[in-house]
Amino acid sequence: MGKLLLQLNNISVVYSNVIQVLKGVSLSVEQGHIVSLLGSNGAGKTTTLKAISGLLKPENGEVTDGSILYNGVNIQNQPPEFITRQGIIQVLEGRQPFKYLTIEENLRVGTATRPGKPFKQDLEMVYHYFPALVPRRKALAGYCSGGELQMLVIGRALMAHPQLLMLDEPSLGLAPLVVQEIFRIIKKINEEHSTTIVLVEQNANMALQVAHYGYVMENGKIVMEGTSKELSDNPDVKEFYLGMAASGITKSYKDVKSYRRRKRWL
Amino acid sequence: MEFFLQLLVNGICVGLLYGISAMGFVMIFKASSVLNFAHGELLALGAFFFLSLVTWGKLPIAASFILTLVGCFILGFLIEKFFLRPLIGEKLIFVIMLTVGLAAMFKGLILLIWGGNLHTYPEFLPESLELNLGAIYVAPVYSASLVIGVIFLVLFGLFFKKSSQGIFMRSVADNQKAALSLGVNVRRVFALSWAIAAMVACMSGIVLGIINGVNVHDLSAIGLKVFPVVILGGLDSIGGAIIAGIIIGLLETFTGGYLSPSLRDVVPYIVLVFILMVKPYGLFGLVEIERV
Repeated sequence: MGKLLLQLNNISVVYSNVIQVLKGVSLSVEQGHIVSLLGSNGAGKTTTLKAISGLLKPENGEVTDGSILYNGVNIQNQPPEFITRQGIIQVLEGRQPFKYLTIEENLRVGTATRPGKPFKQDLEMVYHYFPALVPRRKALAGYCSGGELQMLVIGRALMAHPQLLMLDEPSLGLAPLVVQEIFRIIKKINEEHSTTIVLVEQNANMALQVAHYGYVMENGKIVMEGTSKELSDNPDVKEFYLGMAASGITKSYKDVKSYRRRKRWL
Repeated sequence: MEFFLQLLVNGICVGLLYGISAMGFVMIFKASSVLNFAHGELLALGAFFFLSLVTWGKLPIAASFILTLVGCFILGFLIEKFFLRPLIGEKLIFVIMLTVGLAAMFKGLILLIWGGNLHTYPEFLPESLELNLGAIYVAPVYSASLVIGVIFLVLFGLFFKKSSQGIFMRSVADNQKAALSLGVNVRRVFALSWAIAAMVACMSGIVLGIINGVNVHDLSAIGLKVFPVVILGGLDSIGGAIIAGIIIGLLETFTGGYLSPSLRDVVPYIVLVFILMVKPYGLFGLVEIERV
């Protein structure tokens, strides 16, 4: 096993001092790997990412227990200004562009962690990965399409030279072909820059294709982990996340037994 | 006709000052959604700082002007640090009430130090600044205010469009969560917007002091003129603030010139009411970009 970049040890997250969302999540991310985090809505995937990136605090959330180690340094409950400067950048769910800034200005905000340093080369790098953005560089982000915006926000994160890039549902609301394109680029970024990537996805099929390792979350806990191959061969994952019955044919609603099997996890 | 042109030029000059002073107000509102009711007092503070440096300190004009701007910039910074930062996360109404308190405090301080009388600056603008365009005579104060206004406008345009810090400030106004996720120092952006707002308020205070004389009550009342300006321009539009400033300035000088000087403070508000009946978000209020 290679060097561990990020380690979550049994963390609990509580919002507004009452609502417990994560109930002891442990996971580790190896340097240079793509790790995917799967699970249904409300399982706690996004909260896990926010716990790492420090974005819980503005939402009145807090890591109450456990520890988050990044490069051996404790980073739980640190402010995002600190964490981003350690090289952890989260790409938020639902794209979140700066609507009234042009594409190029949006990209320049990505240099906030190293103000005053030259950024021309980084712009070229982003345009190299996402050539679709080049003709739109002077356009307001608010008027761009969903696919362009997803490319924009990933590019914006790349401007920060992240060591650990966390992507929250990059496929959300995009056409299948665009999704494929984006995942191809994610893989390319990982290979060429050896950027470690944590990928939260509903599209389990796509995620397991590019990831090295995966975790499955349910109800604020990790319920399963394994290499992508192990996960995609697992009958439970196949049935609940890849939409196939054990035999490989599309599942029918008549098969009520699945309900009991799912319960075992909770 | 000459009279008309004369009023037009004066109106544009004064209006530009209103606009620039309102720009500081809009910046604070855009970055942190705070309405700053102490804006007029900041304006007056700038005028009095300058007065002290010129008459008591006997410093050269240019040095006093720059020192006042720097001082106000720092003052804005300190206001944010000591008064507003502790309230981050509290309800907005508390923060706005705080600025009302600040206004009272600054006004009291000014009255305590300088008194409530009308002061005037010594004559210092060179005669060469006055313009005689045919029959129109532009007093040195007005041409100076025009020059200073345009310089500030260009500098701010460049700052917000080209510099990284300017783009970070706009990003916070646009989507604070996304700005946080990229490591933009949001607290610094708040502090900087207060600093810049205080600086431009002081600058307009000085120039208006040259035109009308320096008096706490007058200057803080002029500072309140940012309200019709920003409401007319749209609360969140910097460009709108400038244009609305010029409109209000023109309305004022024309009313003063053609109707009656005593009406000049009223008519702009009446026109404002009518414009708002047609465009409730102001002339340039942000049109929400909505993706469907």
